[in-house]
Amino acid sequence: MIQDLVVTIVFISYAIGVLMTFGLVLTWVERKQGAVMSDRIGANRAYLRIPFTQVKLVWWGLFHGLADGLKMLVKEDWKPASYDKLAYAIAPWVTFAPVLLVFAVIPFGGTFRPAVLFEGVPAIAAWFGDRTYPLQIARLDAGLLIVFAFGGITIIGAMLAGWSSSNKFSLLGALRAGSQMISYELIMGLTVLGVILIYGTVDLGAIAREQSGVLLGFLPAWGIFLQPFAAILFLTAAVAENKRIPFDLPEAESELIAGYFTEYSAMKMGLFMFAEFIEIAIIAALFTTLFLGGYNLPFMTDAGFVLPGGKTIALSHGVVLVTQVVVFLAKVFVMCSFQILVRWTLPRFRYDQLLRFAWKFMFPLALVNLCVTVLVVWALRSFS
Amino acid sequence: MSTRPVRREYYNAPEMSWWERSYLPEIVRGLSITGGVFMRNMWRWITLRKGALTTYYPEETRADFAPRNRGKHVLTQRPDGRPQCIACNLCATVCPARCIEIEAGFDPADTAHPKSPIRFEIDYSRCIFCGMCVEACPEDAIRMAKEIPDFPGGDRTDMWISLPELLTWHPQSDVAKPYPPKGGPT
Repeated sequence: MIQDLVVTIVFISYAIGVLMTFGLVLTWVERKQGAVMSDRIGANRAYLRIPFTQVKLVWWGLFHGLADGLKMLVKEDWKPASYDKLAYAIAPWVTFAPVLLVFAVIPFGGTFRPAVLFEGVPAIAAWFGDRTYPLQIARLDAGLLIVFAFGGITIIGAMLAGWSSSNKFSLLGALRAGSQMISYELIMGLTVLGVILIYGTVDLGAIAREQSGVLLGFLPAWGIFLQPFAAILFLTAAVAENKRIPFDLPEAESELIAGYFTEYSAMKMGLFMFAEFIEIAIIAALFTTLFLGGYNLPFMTDAGFVLPGGKTIALSHGVVLVTQVVVFLAKVFVMCSFQILVRWTLPRFRYDQLLRFAWKFMFPLALVNLCVTVLVVWALRSFS
Repeated sequence: MSTRPVRREYYNAPEMSWWERSYLPEIVRGLSITGGVFMRNMWRWITLRKGALTTYYPEETRADFAPRNRGKHVLTQRPDGRPQCIACNLCATVCPARCIEIEAGFDPADTAHPKSPIRFEIDYSRCIFCGMCVEACPEDAIRMAKEIPDFPGGDRTDMWISLPELLTWHPQSDVAKPYPPKGGPT
């Protein structure tokens, strides 16, 4: 039992560390990538000076995230004359905490077998016995449902923030956030239904394992090849869910100052921003797990590679584990970068366009995609 | 029966084909343009060139100043390093902005050029960069470089430039930002 506790604590600290690092680094990536995309130089002034020397570490402005965090921590925490101080105070946390919790069900690697990994150290191997641990904090068979449950809570955070700020702009932003996020959450759910139908499970670990097979003899059995439309719709709906450009209507600066967090200052505002950046990573992780083969390279399983020709390459357990963890992080980073590319490319929707896009364009497409998937899955199951 | 509001007809109403109106292809096109610029600039950066069109402001000056651009003032020097200026005050007299102040010094040991400035100051908060001081100078002692005087100041008293700077403009140097790094344009 104590072994489980140790392993779970290690997993949790790994997950929190990864998410915080992503949140911090993505603030820099967003600025720098946007700058490079538009022929600018970007943030490059913050540096760390090694004490007692003139050696200043600039590292392409990588420390701007730290500088931002420090600035927000030491700023005055100004509070409006709100009629609901409790709601005002907890709103950033209601937005921030679920974002972290979602990662609990996302697998970030294959199955960890301590007895195999620590073969050379018999004491540890004996202590673990024949226990195995999938690299996933909560091995719930309701994985995707948990994702949507926690994703829904962030709406409450945004609406609490807007309502308790006693500010017209905040309230308008919160209303926009509410209707937008509920609309797009529906589309997210509909697109994911197709994936659930194909893999027959909502357990994210099982979905990731299913994708290590071969499709049509040469393609990796990734979700993006089985459900290409669902992948595009899911990514679009997820970006809208995260309230980023081109869907940043709830916080449209030119119309609503900062939307539902207009009245927040210092680190409370920082929490909203941080939650947004971590959610980029969460969306990327979800997309990777559902559509990009999860933590595996193409044709890779926990035992090694099984290439389309039937050729197998066996790999040792340690190599497989490290590869899977690194591949997962790399895929997540690429998807984050893609979301930032979208954010710096597309202009913002108008509000009526936003809802029309959701209900008259994406919703029917998601339904059609679902119907076609149902028919194909039914035909394959009953005629083969 | 509901009546639609009368909308104004725009002479340049956008006409989109169904391909453009289907939205996704055009989105992909836009993403490929911005992504292409990103990749190009990153490739330039990897091959030690500069991708950005903007400059690192105080460390790097623009390469595209015209050669006869009237920028910061430079006092020319004699071979022994003393200023060519004979403190005749012609530039200060002709200056329409009255931003040049000269205090003459006398050195009897130097028989050829006994008079030279011990104080030569230009107030860049008032200078209009007309170049009349350069035209008025009988000794070719003051010239204007094409680079602009890069010095942000928080106060108008910080905008005075005196003799040492005018003889040799020491750019502000910071070890943290060596730029341009490798053989780029200065």
